Amino acid sequence: MTLPASLDEAVAALAAMPAAVPVAGGTDLMAAVNRGLLRPAGLVGLGRINEIRGWQYQDGHALLGAGLTHARMGRPDFAALIPALAAAARAAGPPQIRNAGTLGGNIASAAPTGDALPVLAALEANLVIAGPGGARREIPVSHLLAGRDMLAPAELIGYVRVPLLHAPQVFLKATGRTGPGRATASVAVVLDPARRGVRCAVGAIAPMPLRPLEAERWIASLIDWDGERAALAPEALGAFGEYVAAACIPDPEPPADGSPPPPLSPAVLHLRRTVAALARRALGRALS
Amino acid sequence: MSNDAATATAEGATPVAGPEQQPPAHGIGASLAPGDARAKTEGTFPYAADLWAEGLLWAAVLRAPHASARIVSIDTAAAVAMPGVRAVVTHADVPGDPAFGRRIADRPVFASEYVRHQGEPIAAVAADHPDTARLAAAAIAVEYEVLEPVTDPEKAFAAEPLHPDGNLIRHIPLQYGDPEATGEVVVEGLYRIGRQDPAPIGAEAGLAVPRPDGGVELYTASTDPHSDRDLAAACFGLEPDRVKVVVTGVPGATGDREDLGFQLPLGLLALRTGCPVKLTATREESFLGHAHRHPTLLRYRHHADAEGRLVKVEAQILLDAGAYAEASSESLAAAVAFACGPYVVPHAFVEGWAVRTNNPPSGHVRGEGALQVCAAYEGQMDKLAGKLGIDPAELRMRNVLATGDLLPTGQTVTCPAPVAELLRAVRDFPLPTLPKDAPEDDWLLPGGPEGAGEPDAVRRGVGYALGMVHMLGAEGADEVSTATVKVQDGVATVICAAVETGQGFTTLARQIVQETLGIDEVHVAPVDTDQPPAGPATHGRHTWVSGGAVERAAKMVRTQLLQPLAHKFGMSTELLQIADGKITSYDGVLSTTVSEAMDGKELWATAQCRPHPTEPLDEAGQGDAFVGLAFCAIRAVVDVDIELGSVRVVELAVAQDVGRILNPRQLAARIEAGVTQGVGAALTENLRTVRGQIRHPDLTGYALPTALDAPDIRIVKLVEERDVVAPFGAKAASAVPVVTSPAAIASAVRAATGRPVNRLPIRPQAAVVQQG
Repeated sequence: MTLPASLDEAVAALAAMPAAVPVAGGTDLMAAVNRGLLRPAGLVGLGRINEIRGWQYQDGHALLGAGLTHARMGRPDFAALIPALAAAARAAGPPQIRNAGTLGGNIASAAPTGDALPVLAALEANLVIAGPGGARREIPVSHLLAGRDMLAPAELIGYVRVPLLHAPQVFLKATGRTGPGRATASVAVVLDPARRGVRCAVGAIAPMPLRPLEAERWIASLIDWDGERAALAPEALGAFGEYVAAACIPDPEPPADGSPPPPLSPAVLHLRRTVAALARRALGRALS
Repeated sequence: MSNDAATATAEGATPVAGPEQQPPAHGIGASLAPGDARAKTEGTFPYAADLWAEGLLWAAVLRAPHASARIVSIDTAAAVAMPGVRAVVTHADVPGDPAFGRRIADRPVFASEYVRHQGEPIAAVAADHPDTARLAAAAIAVEYEVLEPVTDPEKAFAAEPLHPDGNLIRHIPLQYGDPEATGEVVVEGLYRIGRQDPAPIGAEAGLAVPRPDGGVELYTASTDPHSDRDLAAACFGLEPDRVKVVVTGVPGATGDREDLGFQLPLGLLALRTGCPVKLTATREESFLGHAHRHPTLLRYRHHADAEGRLVKVEAQILLDAGAYAEASSESLAAAVAFACGPYVVPHAFVEGWAVRTNNPPSGHVRGEGALQVCAAYEGQMDKLAGKLGIDPAELRMRNVLATGDLLPTGQTVTCPAPVAELLRAVRDFPLPTLPKDAPEDDWLLPGGPEGAGEPDAVRRGVGYALGMVHMLGAEGADEVSTATVKVQDGVATVICAAVETGQGFTTLARQIVQETLGIDEVHVAPVDTDQPPAGPATHGRHTWVSGGAVERAAKMVRTQLLQPLAHKFGMSTELLQIADGKITSYDGVLSTTVSEAMDGKELWATAQCRPHPTEPLDEAGQGDAFVGLAFCAIRAVVDVDIELGSVRVVELAVAQDVGRILNPRQLAARIEAGVTQGVGAALTENLRTVRGQIRHPDLTGYALPTALDAPDIRIVKLVEERDVVAPFGAKAASAVPVVTSPAAIASAVRAATGRPVNRLPIRPQAAVVQQG
């Protein structure tokens, strides 16, 4: 176990010992270790790297350290910057988990139920990846989640670059209980008035967050961006929800022989209704 | 769920309706705090997982990965050869009986030929480090021929026998009354109840220490030490007196807590190596190993007349017992006997089966059998109310059971059965205010704080349920308990093998001795099997039989203490009273101190308590099978988000038949804990399996209620109608709220959504209302 004090030291430690595993909050890693699924040959602790535990501003963006805990992101000062990410962080689990779990860890473990992921997808966030020799490269978060661009050996997620949109953002999730729980479905909706766009991502229903791009464009075209109030008719919100849900949970392809497609199972239909309701509510709250 | 260890609740959190008088500081009726509360809160209370012995080895158990398989071969060579491994045991190393079981010895210590459920022990390893033990267990090469598991209990009847004993564990065809009777209104329903896990807060752990005489001592959190000792001795091939079970701190128990599947390998390894051996189960092993609540399929047909009075109940009840018999036969008896609930039913035909499957094992979890049928018969009562257009509470009121009525088993209810009073109390209690006038922020919507809930989509529903459970063992079980009370130097000690599981027995024992002997300082000795047996800590039996034994022993000590004085004063012992360390005569003229009367003597007395005998249910399900019954009425108020199907229980109003309040604060804590376990069964707790494999054996996938899920619990009435056959007239209080609350919540969700809700836990899609 090494405890480097800077990102470059951490990268160097990983390069020196390729079998070592980086650990930040440990909320996923230690559970796997305790269950005997993982027995790391060494650990590189990221908890002492102060440069990734806060955030800084950079030409209209916030550069979030990967070591930001959910508890820190949930606080009001952060919520004023990126409200949806703050909401996702507050919903991410019980206080013990939120105090330990980090933004970078949420991305690295890439669990389908990771609450920060749909928000980052909707924000079209980029990852700043630190490599050996002080190298830095930037990739969209969706590329990492989709496996299009993987972390090379001895690379670490250093920062997350998130645009500051100065507009309403909403994150909503459905869980099985009133207390903190894993999402069965989650929806992030962010408004981007400068680009006259609405961006939406649906989490927890697929291995990575899904973006209903056509639904986004359609609803953005309905919004009166120059008006005092951007509110939409309830029917439009409802249609947006249905559009999002149908895009993310499509009807099965009709078989080649022309027979009617098999119906969706009741559980999948319920999931689709849940996504529709969440998307409708999220957009409604963003526009109200 | 298991928040039982925390028996102390904040004072005033729950208004307990009782006589308006200052509660006493000591003795019966006092809110005496549990003696171990401070140690438990500070984390210094020793549980089994904290035990240590010089030179101890660590054990690990190899568990079967398949739900059903034939074992072709087991090769332990690789494990034996690992450095640090001291012993490897398999079925071939069991010196005594190869199988065990509380009623039927049908469960192998280690699987030898067939694996019948996922997680069945195959072999165990002792090594000098826990990691070495786990790695060695993983290095044992087992060749399996994987078989198609039987996971649908309905198919178990026709399936190939999973066990030489056959697939049918018990069948009770209860027949009561006239099969031709019919009612003007008939409602039918099919109900499914999921698999609840007791999920004790501390997983299983134990320490086995070999004895110089060739015996072994097992330090575990057993709730039934004497049965465990006897079963273990039989498997070890030892005389029972050479095996000693020492009970350590119990970290939560709402059923048969300790799985002998852990204790037996532990003891075998200690005997084999001659060293102390310790084992601590992971949460996953805990989920795989211990017994769960029976998943149940219930089919009901209720006949009623036009006024809503029940005419006939027909029911079929199918319990999924898992691979081994365990306590399924008792659970089935309770399910069949209480299939109609605390209602008067002139004709009842209830057929129950407990069948073997390759699913995770089922066994005793408090309220077993009764919980499943309560959800079903209350679903039927709601259907009847809907069909007849009668208010659901009123319909129930027209059918309630009372003392003197007959159960469908032909047993007369002789104990107090204030069911109507309980129902009236919860019905007439004011409803919680709707939050429409309050700021929205204060309204905890379904989905939680800052969640997805939207006030426009939330509907509120109110539902009722009446539940009943039996107390003590049923069907002829010998329910004896023995206790010893010793007094020396003004300090009393209670020795009784009743295990403190969080139910509060040690606190109660102290109160009983304080009450009887007037001695404040009372200690309760730790439990081991050198003491006479007190039976399992289930079905509220320790409040009844062990409490009764303690009282008798204390009274005998009292007589010994007062006899010489009475003789000296020239009056009978009944005319003397003990209070605050002083003995005074009835008129206050003569007085002396207890220490003076003791005169340095040591007083001992041992007594037994044995309730009246019961009889097994006969082939028609008839018989006086139960010693006592306890009843409960719950009114549930729920908020349902009808688009997402998320449910939040707002309030549960509880009225319970308790006989007599022995410790008000402890009683309230037990009721709150029980109700909350019921909330879990109603909404989230279901240990799901696919082809006999547990999907998520962890506490993230198995969602227990959190503080946000626990509703406001209002104990609106505790009916103190003393049961004359019970010591102190008190009834056990823990199980009946567990049984009743899931049914009440389901009833409230029905009222909120208009959906049938025939499955527990309630899935979100069952609580969604289609718009337009």
